[in-house]
Amino acid sequence: MDKTLTDITSKQYKEGFVTDVEQEYVPKGLSEQIIRQISAIKQEPQWLLEFRLDAFRKWQKMTPPTWGHLHLPEIDFQDIIYYAAPKKDSERPKEIDPALQETFDKLGIPISEREVLAGVKSKVAVDAVFDSVSVTTTFRKTLAEKGIIFCSFSEAVRDYPELVHKYLASVVPAGDNFYAALNSAVFSDGSFCYIPKGVKCPMDLSSYFRINASGTGQFERTLIVADEGSQVSYMEGCTAPMRDEHQLHAAVVEIVVEAGADVRYSTVQNWYPGDDQGRGGILNLVTKRGICKGEGSHLSWTQVETGSAITWKYPSTILRGDNSSSEFYSVALTNNYQQADTGTKMVHLGRNTRSRIISKGISAGHSQNSYRGLVRMNSGAAGARNYSQCDSLLIGSLCGAHTFPVIKNDCPGAIVEHEATTSKISEDQLFYLNQRGIPPEEAVGLIVNGYAKEVLQRLPMEFAVEAQKLLSVSLEGSIG
Amino acid sequence: MEALLEIKGLHASVEGKEILHGVDLTIRRGEVHAVMGPNGAGKSTLSAVLTGRPGYEVTAGSVSFAGHDLLAMSPEERSWAGLFLSFQYPIEIPGVSMTNFLKAAVSARRKAAGQPEPTAAEFLALMKQKMALLKMKPEFAKREVNVGFSGGEKKRGEIFQMAMLEPVLSILDETDSGLDVDALKIVADGVNSLRTSETSAIIITHYQKLLEYIVPDVVHVLKEGRIVLTGGRELVDRIEKEGFEGIDG
Repeated sequence: MDKTLTDITSKQYKEGFVTDVEQEYVPKGLSEQIIRQISAIKQEPQWLLEFRLDAFRKWQKMTPPTWGHLHLPEIDFQDIIYYAAPKKDSERPKEIDPALQETFDKLGIPISEREVLAGVKSKVAVDAVFDSVSVTTTFRKTLAEKGIIFCSFSEAVRDYPELVHKYLASVVPAGDNFYAALNSAVFSDGSFCYIPKGVKCPMDLSSYFRINASGTGQFERTLIVADEGSQVSYMEGCTAPMRDEHQLHAAVVEIVVEAGADVRYSTVQNWYPGDDQGRGGILNLVTKRGICKGEGSHLSWTQVETGSAITWKYPSTILRGDNSSSEFYSVALTNNYQQADTGTKMVHLGRNTRSRIISKGISAGHSQNSYRGLVRMNSGAAGARNYSQCDSLLIGSLCGAHTFPVIKNDCPGAIVEHEATTSKISEDQLFYLNQRGIPPEEAVGLIVNGYAKEVLQRLPMEFAVEAQKLLSVSLEGSIG
Repeated sequence: MEALLEIKGLHASVEGKEILHGVDLTIRRGEVHAVMGPNGAGKSTLSAVLTGRPGYEVTAGSVSFAGHDLLAMSPEERSWAGLFLSFQYPIEIPGVSMTNFLKAAVSARRKAAGQPEPTAAEFLALMKQKMALLKMKPEFAKREVNVGFSGGEKKRGEIFQMAMLEPVLSILDETDSGLDVDALKIVADGVNSLRTSETSAIIITHYQKLLEYIVPDVVHVLKEGRIVLTGGRELVDRIEKEGFEGIDG
């Protein structure tokens, strides 16, 4: 069985190319001076500079968390370039560099409204981030007609400073954790989205993050505010070149969901995972959190994590509004020497709040895959309920699957249920599919996609197809 | 007539223990052969070896199938060449619908033959046609492979897969086990409706019941890893009267 399943060869990562484009950088390293320089490049207001400097001071006093079930290489924070942006043609500053257009075309990301309107791609508005800057945001005008603001973070700071000031760090405070503090100090761009009261966003919104330059890190922020009774589906994707060195990605996502609003946030994480020997790959150390602020608000997280050398992320929800609800649907696949420590926190404050956690871990090769979750019922959460299901699937016998569920129930009337399973792809299943003419790698892909179905079907259609392919391709080479 | 399958002096072991001690068997196109024998005779080992199941080691002998050296082929290559096994214990594949599973199987087969994969519409039309042929309920297509199937449903599912994949040689391994008479009839009708002058079948069983419904051309008795007797369908009646005890070839 092991011979069939665990002979690890190289896996294909078709997004691993580098775009040859002239870039401008700030000098390597991290200091107050660098932070002032980033803020100056972005012509930021004084309050935002103060916010950054405050975060930096907090970060300097913090140490990296060590509780993850991860072997995190030591990161030299002075050996990273914190800002890299493609140079603009000074004569045509509004035009997109053809090299960047080509890059996003190659990645299948529609950054031109024409191709979307022509019906080639599904109707999605995109904010495309390349290294430290947003290259373009599509359908801004169409969305603005409904009062929806969808733009890069930098533009939001410039055009809607009151909104940004009001909500920035309102869910993830600057000093929340080591990597969130770092992000707060040096973040360069990202996406901003505001859906006004009672508006149903007419198309899916998305952010696409591309790392290109070597020696850099990417530190973007996403801030989504769904005002009362509004609805939005938001998708996030990402890729990076293949390199022998690790690159750091420390992002923050904050979501504010007001009364009666509904936000669906989906991620397909496909950062470069490193090679089959564990060299290189993105260190994906991310803080994502939403607050269901008002009565009856709803936030759903769906993530498909197949990339990154190391993933450390816990998309979480604070359920403050009475009758608010949240879900976390996750598929995390690790192969070769990848490590993932991912899960969620559901913090129930309001009465009759509901949460549901469905986590599907898939480990192959020499990888380590952990689910880590916290379900907290505060004393006021009368009538609250949580249901958690954590499944692990092992492919081969050299990998590891772990679950660290924590339940803190301070409310006698709250109900918390937890189920967990661990299974292996059986030789019988493989042979059955092989006998029907389905070759081993495809057979594993089919079994894995079936196992992950409950999560995949939560994704928007177009994204689900992409995710299915990704799960299969990420396992290439996991069987001999 | 041309030999479709030719097994010569086949010896095979499981975990170092020899189970087949030299099996010889020739099957021509259009023929249905029954392989009967008591428990532990090596019937399931024979089907496992022919389909390339991991864990079975061939220590001597040869098998040629439609001109190929069968033993040199991977399980999926054997499938592409037209070999089908109706499993004694069909396996559950949670989360995978019958439709997706069979789409993958049909596509892989076409790809191997250098043909274009079927379009979704073509494939669904094929499914519909075969489901009508075997009188399957429409919801069957949406069900997860073998998950929550009754014994009878599993066996019908196997025959349905056989219809979809249009094999040249089908091995029905203990297809009758665990089936009541009604289910047995339905399965047998399915198999009979798929019989052609070009396709052959091996029916492995230790009861004669199924052979009342699927009439074999040739009957073999497998005992202690060897074929000890070969005859016509009258052999079925003899086994019914005398049991396997009295048959020594």
